Amino acid sequence: MREQLEGSQAVARAVARCRPEVVSAYPISPQTHIVEALSDMVRTGELAPCEYLLVESEFAAMSAAIGASAAGARAYTATASQGLLYMAEALYNASGLGLPVVMTLANRAIGAPINIWNDHSDAMSQRDSGWIQLYAESNQAAVDLHVQAFKLAEELSLPVMVCMDGFVLTHAVEPLEIPSQEQVDAYLPVYTPRQVLDPEVPVTIGAMVGPEAFTEVRYLAHAKQMQALDLVPELAAEFAASFGRPSGGLLRRYRTEGAETILVALGSVLGTIEDVVDELRDEGERIGALGITCFRPFPLDEIREALTGVTRVVVVERAFAVGIGGIVGQNVRLALAGLPSVVYDVVAGLGGRAITRRSLRNLVEEVQEGRVEPNRLHFLDLDRKLVERELQRLQEKRRSGPHAENILRDVGVVAARSH
Amino acid sequence: MARPPVKFFQVGSFAAGNRLLDEEERSVQADHGRSNALTKGHRACQGCGEALGARYVLDAAMRATENRVIAVNATGCLEVFSTPYPESSWQLPWVHSLFGNAPAVASGVAAALKAKGRADVRVIGQGGDGGTLDIGFACLSGMFERGDDVLYVCYDNEAYMNTGVQRSGATPPAARTATTKPVGAEPGNAFGQGKNAPLIAMAHEIPYVATATVAELHDLEAKVERAMELHGPRYLHVLVPCPLGWGSESRDTIRIARLAKETGLFPVFEAEHGEVVSVSKIRRRVAVEEYLRLQRRFAHLFGDPPRTDVIERLQALADRNVRRFGLLEEAEAA
Repeated sequence: MREQLEGSQAVARAVARCRPEVVSAYPISPQTHIVEALSDMVRTGELAPCEYLLVESEFAAMSAAIGASAAGARAYTATASQGLLYMAEALYNASGLGLPVVMTLANRAIGAPINIWNDHSDAMSQRDSGWIQLYAESNQAAVDLHVQAFKLAEELSLPVMVCMDGFVLTHAVEPLEIPSQEQVDAYLPVYTPRQVLDPEVPVTIGAMVGPEAFTEVRYLAHAKQMQALDLVPELAAEFAASFGRPSGGLLRRYRTEGAETILVALGSVLGTIEDVVDELRDEGERIGALGITCFRPFPLDEIREALTGVTRVVVVERAFAVGIGGIVGQNVRLALAGLPSVVYDVVAGLGGRAITRRSLRNLVEEVQEGRVEPNRLHFLDLDRKLVERELQRLQEKRRSGPHAENILRDVGVVAARSH
Repeated sequence: MARPPVKFFQVGSFAAGNRLLDEEERSVQADHGRSNALTKGHRACQGCGEALGARYVLDAAMRATENRVIAVNATGCLEVFSTPYPESSWQLPWVHSLFGNAPAVASGVAAALKAKGRADVRVIGQGGDGGTLDIGFACLSGMFERGDDVLYVCYDNEAYMNTGVQRSGATPPAARTATTKPVGAEPGNAFGQGKNAPLIAMAHEIPYVATATVAELHDLEAKVERAMELHGPRYLHVLVPCPLGWGSESRDTIRIARLAKETGLFPVFEAEHGEVVSVSKIRRRVAVEEYLRLQRRFAHLFGDPPRTDVIERLQALADRNVRRFGLLEEAEAA
């Protein structure tokens, strides 16, 4: 049924229709509306049987999900930003133990400086944690990916993180198709765990493994995740057949046929990028967009195929690796090894800064005119003057003070006197 | 209420002599049908108090639940010595996740069982003092205050033994550890630090809190049985001497555990809903010196000249426990 809904409410309903048996929750913006809605559904009995655990931290939230999953329950939690970092140790543990927990990550920047708005620093920091990472470009995609995520997780016995942009998606209200209980029940089978804590058949889960077999266990973690490259498209096709709309998959091509320039991105910015592609196509440019829905495992072959023959690949990403540069860009470059395509790493939309059509159009123009250096990190809409003033202060004065305060004063946000 | 201790004056021990008892009074361990939840072949040191404690706790819990127990273990000695790849000493469903999250994992297991309608299966979380009092304390407190149906057992050997005997929040004052060495003006661990986990557990007003030692195994089993009669969060704090970390003889583990209680340094009691309901009285009160002398972690107190001032401070702590918990029979206390 099509309904006008907030992204978080919609995701909560989709999750509830997947019948999680244990939900652990700890508040952190911008994820809170999801677990609030689930709390309501458990309290009213709309979602039953389900145990809703109000834990004392994100570390406990993931730990409780681990325990629930190991005991054979379908387990779900949600977090963002600092919360994801706080549960980092447990993230590696869930994947290492092969427990199919599903988690929503409402993507948010990581401090310091503290910032509650959207970027992908949180998800990218855990890209190697052994979790499958799916990125939603819209709220409809977020809804649909959650349904697919449970099936994917349980089929592979691996945890799946569904990433949706904080505020941009979580708090946006729009008309959405919420799958019915009957549809979800038909698509998602009852969870049959590969390993379970059962007094009838006692097993040891989480034993120590030394050098004699650690490599092999880690190999299996990789091999299992790589199976998702086949399974994700299969589940997307099944989903389309069951629900009557395409959703999910590894990649999403948008007007890539014959394109000389392709913008690559993850998440909600794809909407803006597709608008820009439409505008430029109308103006006769040979341009397209490639959305990466499944970032872990990384679909190297599919990306290589999608970008072969493209002159310029502009990777627009909402996070970067300090000290080296683009994260998605580096992965894309590996996919294109040996091909003549030139890759541009563009960091954009950090800490909630809007990525506008105008900025993207300017970017494309600059790239096409050769004004952006390839294989170097480029910051979209960087206020260079502001940065240079702070760099100047650093040179002039040993005790130059905190960056954030200095810069905010320059911007005029902080009315404090200067030191 | 705790059972009156079974006394074997002829052997001077509370632990030995099951064969002297009536069948029904004998320890779980004397039963041929015992579950051996932690079975032979594990790699614990000779004289390990933790292995002994865990075996008694889990077997008692297994008997109380007709073998329907799931154990969640924190990282630490107990986890490492029981699961050397590719072997496992566990004969019950057992999961180890991380160092600091055992209570939360146990909460998750309990929630799963509840959702699945498996009220017959019970959950035990367990860890050492570091995993419980330090790194796992937030998760423990959260599990308590939520009222989750978990018995959490802390095997307290008063330091981080698995990593090589470093100080924890349960290390007693003056004790030598690798991070509180007997060097400098105030040798050993500082006075006035550390935390009393059983009292903090009681402050959560949970249904059951008890302390025990591996010297009185009938008492330990009785407390596990009592804990398994109740639902909601329960906490059992078991003192388990560590020959390696304490610098004691393997043969003295039981003796030292008994002295910890008989000196008053480790009060043995039970509390329900935040109130003490029973106390194991001291049978034959001894000076702390008798306890300290058996352990090389306190050897620096007995040098030349001895640190009588420090020993007096430790005695004062024992005396305070005696007053605070009423550890002496009234006639003796008067």
